[in-house]
Parts: sequence; C-alpha cells; structure tokens
Amino acid sequence: MLRLLSLLLLIALPAQAADENVVLGLSQDRVAITSNFDGSDILVFGAIKRESPIPGGEPLQVIVTVSGPSEPVVVRRKERRFGIWVNIDSVLVDRAPSFYAVATSGPFSDVITNTEDLRHKVSIRRAIRSVGADMNIQGAQSFSEAVIRIRERAGLYSIRENTVAVDEQTLFRTSIDMPADLTEGAYATRIFLTRGGQVISSFQTTIDVQKVGLERFLYTLSREQPIVYGLMSLAIAIAAGWGASAAFRILRNT
Amino acid sequence: MQIYLPIAEVSVNAFLLLGLGGLVGVLSGMFGVGGGFLMTPLLFFIGIPPAVAVATEANQIVASSFSGVLAHFRRKTVDLKMGFVLLIGGLTGAALGVVVFNYLKSLGQVDLLVKLCYVVFLGVVGGLMFVESLGAIRKARKQGGKVTAKRRQRGWVHALPFKMRFRTSGLYISVIPPILVGIFVGILSAIMGVGGGFIMVPAMIYLLGMPTKVVVGTSLFQIIFVTAFTTMLHATTNYTVDIMLAVLLLVGGVVGAQFGTQIGTRLKAEQLRILLALMVLVVCVKLALDLLLQPAELYSLGAVGGH
Repeated sequence: MLRLLSLLLLIALPAQAADENVVLGLSQDRVAITSNFDGSDILVFGAIKRESPIPGGEPLQVIVTVSGPSEPVVVRRKERRFGIWVNIDSVLVDRAPSFYAVATSGPFSDVITNTEDLRHKVSIRRAIRSVGADMNIQGAQSFSEAVIRIRERAGLYSIRENTVAVDEQTLFRTSIDMPADLTEGAYATRIFLTRGGQVISSFQTTIDVQKVGLERFLYTLSREQPIVYGLMSLAIAIAAGWGASAAFRILRNT
Repeated sequence: MQIYLPIAEVSVNAFLLLGLGGLVGVLSGMFGVGGGFLMTPLLFFIGIPPAVAVATEANQIVASSFSGVLAHFRRKTVDLKMGFVLLIGGLTGAALGVVVFNYLKSLGQVDLLVKLCYVVFLGVVGGLMFVESLGAIRKARKQGGKVTAKRRQRGWVHALPFKMRFRTSGLYISVIPPILVGIFVGILSAIMGVGGGFIMVPAMIYLLGMPTKVVVGTSLFQIIFVTAFTTMLHATTNYTVDIMLAVLLLVGGVVGAQFGTQIGTRLKAEQLRILLALMVLVVCVKLALDLLLQPAELYSLGAVGGH
C-alpha cells in the first residue's frame, strides 16, 4: 500500500510541477553591433505563472543560459620536438558555442542535479560536445577542457552563480553582460525553473546579434562582391597613401 | 575608444591601432621595408585572427609603400626599369607562393613553417647585414670618415646573358638575377604575409650591387604591386581583408612613413643598414624564443576547414 502510494506520488509530482510556467521579459531581444560596439548588457526578467498556491518543500531556483551559435573547433596540442614546440595532435570538438553564459540563483550544484544537467546540457562542460576525438590520443577530455579554459580566459564562457535574484518564488531577474568580441547569430536563451535540483519547467527564446550600418555593409560586400571589396580596399589604401604624402609636403613647404 | 572590426569580429582600441600603424610606418619610411614582418606578429599579439592579420597587413603595406614611394619619386631615387623587372618576378613568385601556402595548410603545420621561415630568414639577413655594416663603419672610421664605395667584383652575376642598362642604378647587368630575386621574394611574401622588403633590400645591395639610396625607393615601388596582388587574392579567396582595420593602421602608417623617409635621408647608409639589421635580429630572437620556450598554453583553437 505504502509502495503504491509513493508510486502515485511520484507520478503526481511532475504533473503538479508543470503548473509553474515562465513568463519572460528581455530588455532587448536584439543586439546591434555598430562600429563602436563594446559589449552589451541584457536584462533578463520574468515571473512564474501558476494556477495553484506555491508548493512547499524545496525553494524555487532559476537558471538562465545564453549561448552563441555553435561551431566545430579544432583544438591542437603542442609538444616539444627537436627542441621546439610543435603542434603534435589535434581533436575536433564537434560543437562549441562561441559564447556561453550561465546565471543561477544559487550554487550550481544545489540548483540542478548532475542527471538533469546531462539531460538539458546546462553547464559549460555539457554544452560542449566532442565527437570524432581520436581514441589514440590520450586524454581527449583535456582537449575540450582546453576549449573551456581558453574561452573562459577570453571572457566568452562564464558561470555566474547567485546572480539571479528570485523574489517570493515568483519574480526573477538577472543581467547578462556580453563582451565586445561577439559573433553574429541567434543567441539561444533558456530559462530553467528547478526545485530540489529537478527541472520543473523551461522556456526558450532567442536574442538576435547582428551587425548593422557600416559593419553590415562591409561584411556583406566582402562576402558577396569580393572583387569590388578588394578593389575598394586598394583604392582607399592608395588614396590614403597619396593624401598623406601630399598633405605632408604642403605642411613642409609652409 | 573601442572599435568593432567587421571582418575580424573583434573589438579593439582604435588609438592602439593608430599608434601601431604610426610606429611601423616610421620604420617603413626609414628602411624601405613594408614593415609587415613587424606588424603581422604585433597584430597576432593584440588578438586579431592570424588569417585576417596577414591579409589586412598586405593591404596596409600598399598604402604605406605608396606614400613612401612618392617621397622617393620626388628625390628621383626610384629605378623604374629595375622595379618593373623585379615586379615580373615578384608577381610570378606571389602566385607560386599561394600554391605553396595552401599545400602547407593542408599538411596542418603552416603556423610552424611560417615561424621557422621568419626565424631563418630574419636571422640570416639580419646577421649578414649587421656584420657587413659594422665592418663598413669601422673602415670608414679608419679612413677618417671617407667612405669609398667598393664596387662589386665582376662575378657570375655579370656573366649572364640578356644584359640591360639600369641608368638610375648605374648598372649594366643581366635581367636574370633581378627576376630570380623577384620570384624568391614573391614566394616568401605570400607565405609569410609580408611585403618582403627585408629580403629585397639586402638582395639588391649585395646580390645586384645597387646603390643603397636607390634600393629603398625601388623596393617600395615593387612592394606596392606585389602586396596589391596579394590583397586581391586574399579578398577574393579567403574573405579576410578587414578594411576597417586596414584604414586605422594605414592612417597611422602613412603619416609615420613620411617622417621615416625624412629621418632616413639624414642618416648615413651604413647607419641605416646597421639599424635595420638590429631590428630584424630583435624580431628574429623574439620569434625563436616563442618556438623554444614552453608556451603558457599548450592548446590552441582553430576553425575547421578554413573560413
């Protein structure tokens, strides 16, 4: 009987949990890269909509992730050969986002369990997938760790614990600051609600990061009309060279 | 002031770029080198992706060389005839160099080979020039400041056919050595992402026996066309020319080059050569140390299959 009851409870729990949903707001849903772009702060805020009263037990936790477009990355490792440092082996990391930020409302291990992390690929380590690693290479794992290390140092990957403020288990907000070195693309933004480490609800939206104005024009021209772009570059270079020379001569003669 | 570069996709300080351009411009005007062998490693250092740095640098060299060569034209220190002969070789070499570059890329060791090229050539050229100009200065001191330009002995260079008179240089030699020098420098410039002046200048002085004053202008003249060709090649195949970066570098560069040319005319030929030799050696030592010392980060990231 007791066993049946606990089983019923287990079935009932997720159903009840799904009653809590995210209503999201973003301070901006597109980031425009202009010539003087030097990073952007995006305010992510929202509320939890529920029909029933706030369930007891573990408090509600919120995780916000923002990830840039994923691309394969070749990681090369150097070793000493004949006295000089040479790239010896390489591993293809099949999918690594160009930017990845995780903000949580508490210490990461308290907010989400390992299993749930694995399922939803929340942590930085899970967001990177290395396939095609040559099994002959020892410690293929250290290659994907190198990606994380290098990009963390560049400020592209970050985990920000305790940066999501949750009020009354209903309102939450956080601010994600994006560095200046952004690549273009759709940045997937995910919000997870968890209780006791279990994900009870999630929500997904995208932030568009795009070059605009002059940046957009130059980029498009360089891709679609490379010959025109190349000739334009040369023309500008020669004009600048001639202009400076002429200007300098006038300056000297007066 | 931060500025976002559309092709490199990084944000850098505009004044830093202007400053770098200016500094390298001064050197370029003084020595008649494009300055690429200094600028390209500097760009890597401030975080510009190598492919973009190499391609954009070619474009920038066009501007600083053009500015420099105008100053030399006014002083009539450009041997146009010799320049065209070198150019024929240079363009052929650059095309060959791109083929070689792509082959090395497919082997996956292009970074290492480019660096080794730098160390070997900078070392050899810098060392030879240093020793030679030191000797010339000593000799000048002994003779009480009177420098007698020693003519090259008539060696194999003068025994070759297809002779041509180069009036400005005061030479009557075969066109084969200049064309070969052009091809060689063209190959190197495509592989190393530089104008090739630091090889061209000593080759003209020691191999062809041209007077130092004419060498600088002629080298600049030839570099303009080879780097323009390289720029077009990069712009159309790799899409890695960043015009925004180029403009910032060249604004600093062309101004610097004008000052450099003025300084260059005030220095004696030997002093000019010994300074260039020292600069080449410094870059060489720096690159050699990078290869010899254990890097702080053993891993490096790269894009898959080019761009």
